[in-house]
Amino acid sequence: MTDLAERMTILLARPRLPSGRLVALLAWPTLAIVGLSAFPLFLLLQVSTAHREPGALWSPGFEWTQYEQVFDATFLRMLGYSAVLATVVSVTVAAIGLPLTYLITRMRRRSQMVWLVGLLTTLSLSEVLVSFAWQVMLARRIGLSDLLAALGLLSEAQSLYPSAGAMLACLIYLTLPFSVLLLYPSLSRIDRDLLEAARTMGASPLRGFFTIVLPLMRRPLVSSLVVVFIFTVGSYVTPLVLGRPEQWTVGVLISNTVLGAGNVPLGAAQAVIFLGLTLLLTGATALLGRRKGDKP
Amino acid sequence: MLGLELREVSKTFGGMRAVDRVSLALPQGQFTCFLGPSGCGKTTLMRIVAGLERPNAGTVLLNGKDITDQPAHKRQFGMIFQSLALFPHLSVEENIAYSMRLRGFDRRQRTSRVAELLELIQLPDIGKRNIAQLSGGQRQRVAIARALAQEPSVFLLDEPLSALDAKLREEMQVELRLLQQRLKITTILVTHDQREAMTMADRIVVMAKGRVQQVGAPLEIYRNPANRFVADFIGLSNLLDAEMVAPDMVSFASRPIRVTPPREAPVAGARVTLSIRPEDIRIGPGDTGPDGNSLSARVTFVRDVGANIEARLDCAGRPMVAVTSPRDWIGAGPSDQVRITLPPEACRILTE
Repeated sequence: MTDLAERMTILLARPRLPSGRLVALLAWPTLAIVGLSAFPLFLLLQVSTAHREPGALWSPGFEWTQYEQVFDATFLRMLGYSAVLATVVSVTVAAIGLPLTYLITRMRRRSQMVWLVGLLTTLSLSEVLVSFAWQVMLARRIGLSDLLAALGLLSEAQSLYPSAGAMLACLIYLTLPFSVLLLYPSLSRIDRDLLEAARTMGASPLRGFFTIVLPLMRRPLVSSLVVVFIFTVGSYVTPLVLGRPEQWTVGVLISNTVLGAGNVPLGAAQAVIFLGLTLLLTGATALLGRRKGDKP
Repeated sequence: MLGLELREVSKTFGGMRAVDRVSLALPQGQFTCFLGPSGCGKTTLMRIVAGLERPNAGTVLLNGKDITDQPAHKRQFGMIFQSLALFPHLSVEENIAYSMRLRGFDRRQRTSRVAELLELIQLPDIGKRNIAQLSGGQRQRVAIARALAQEPSVFLLDEPLSALDAKLREEMQVELRLLQQRLKITTILVTHDQREAMTMADRIVVMAKGRVQQVGAPLEIYRNPANRFVADFIGLSNLLDAEMVAPDMVSFASRPIRVTPPREAPVAGARVTLSIRPEDIRIGPGDTGPDGNSLSARVTFVRDVGANIEARLDCAGRPMVAVTSPRDWIGAGPSDQVRITLPPEACRILTE
């Protein structure tokens, strides 16, 4: 992401580009952002303040009713739970992703390619597909459960979902590639000499990892945390398919409000609050990652 | 023996012998230079000493104790890398204090030792700075201070001056040598620059193709190169094909040339190399009559750089180089005939 920002800065700093061409160049991305992001957000805000029409969807109008109702105990509990879940997943993924990426950077060029392409490929599968695949894999009749029973690890084959473990495993599987792809560029660029220098000064390989690699990786680690957090906090299908009702996320609650209770304006208000809090939290994390040691 | 010793050390990388049965003794407190062209195994040999590379065969001893299997972080030899490898996320102070931190020195001890080291490298006021804010020469010195912070028993330098410009490099060479003499620390410098080696080292180990070619004091190696490779690599040499006729005589260009008798003289008739340094060749006017060890030659090119004059010569179809001082120069120009004299004490016989 910073790469893109840098390139944009360079592009904008180029003195020779006439302003007319620049405007033309930037028109398309601007249009895309407005059309795909700003406009839907505006719609969401509008619906959240519209008048609820029982039986129909909503009728035009402007009122704060939804925002007065939105902060009920269930919603707040769901918000808190989603944040905790996303934090657990993002920290776990970073804790797996960093050593994994570190190992990948130490492989031979060819093996590195195989790993990176493999991880990238899993991103082509949608959350829906992956969640149902896990459901099949964890089912009683087929897959893992039989294997575990045959090995004597389970007394008898049983369904391994719905459960918190199944949901977490699937979420980690879904987000790990993002983490690796975010960490890989910086990690592969860390000068090997730094680690060898640390070794000649008495640092064991493990010590070197914690005193040299980890501090140098702070920014990409924060990026990984933020991206995985956002992905998980907004996850919908995985908790629904693999989790118990008490493990459902805000996304499930919002869909229940809209589709179950048929209250579209309240669902929109929930979504707005949720969006705002996520923005606040990730923004704060990103700032925290930038605060100290702003050395090039 | 006090100091470092290598016995029959070998290292192969994928079938390639980087270091081939090297045995060396590096006495305590000496400054030794591993000198050779790139790919000669000098860096690998140093990495074996540091413990960053494990030899396939052979032993490394420190003060008589076998340390072959000791990992680098247990040896704690101070090492300076070619890239310097200063930690970009730490300040100058923190870089220097890194090894002390690992060994559990408290803040007070660290601060006073860092101050001491910054004083030693004559940069007392840069402790708080970032590495990115330092000049090349300052980084160099910080790397030295950092390597010395752990009071290493052996100090290893892997071409640390190669990134500096020529003037600064020569200053640092002298500075490093003086520092080493003051601290009396066993030091190894890896370099491909023979001038650097001659400036700094007590002893030079000339390497090629993973093997030690010659070990000795700088001038000894310069004056008595052991083989063609050393004669060619250290300074400039005229290497001329000749034939042995007597223990102290060769035939070159069908003329008898008296030479310094080699320790083991090859049999008469053997093909040998006659080696003579450019500055040892004396040039006289072409009309002087032939006397002992003189040949006639034709000047092909003259390079006068002020401090000395280099004359390229053609002697019976063989190119030669002679260097002389402006005071002794006879003022010949291209295609002039001259008479060159090869003093017997400067003529060496090389068999390899």
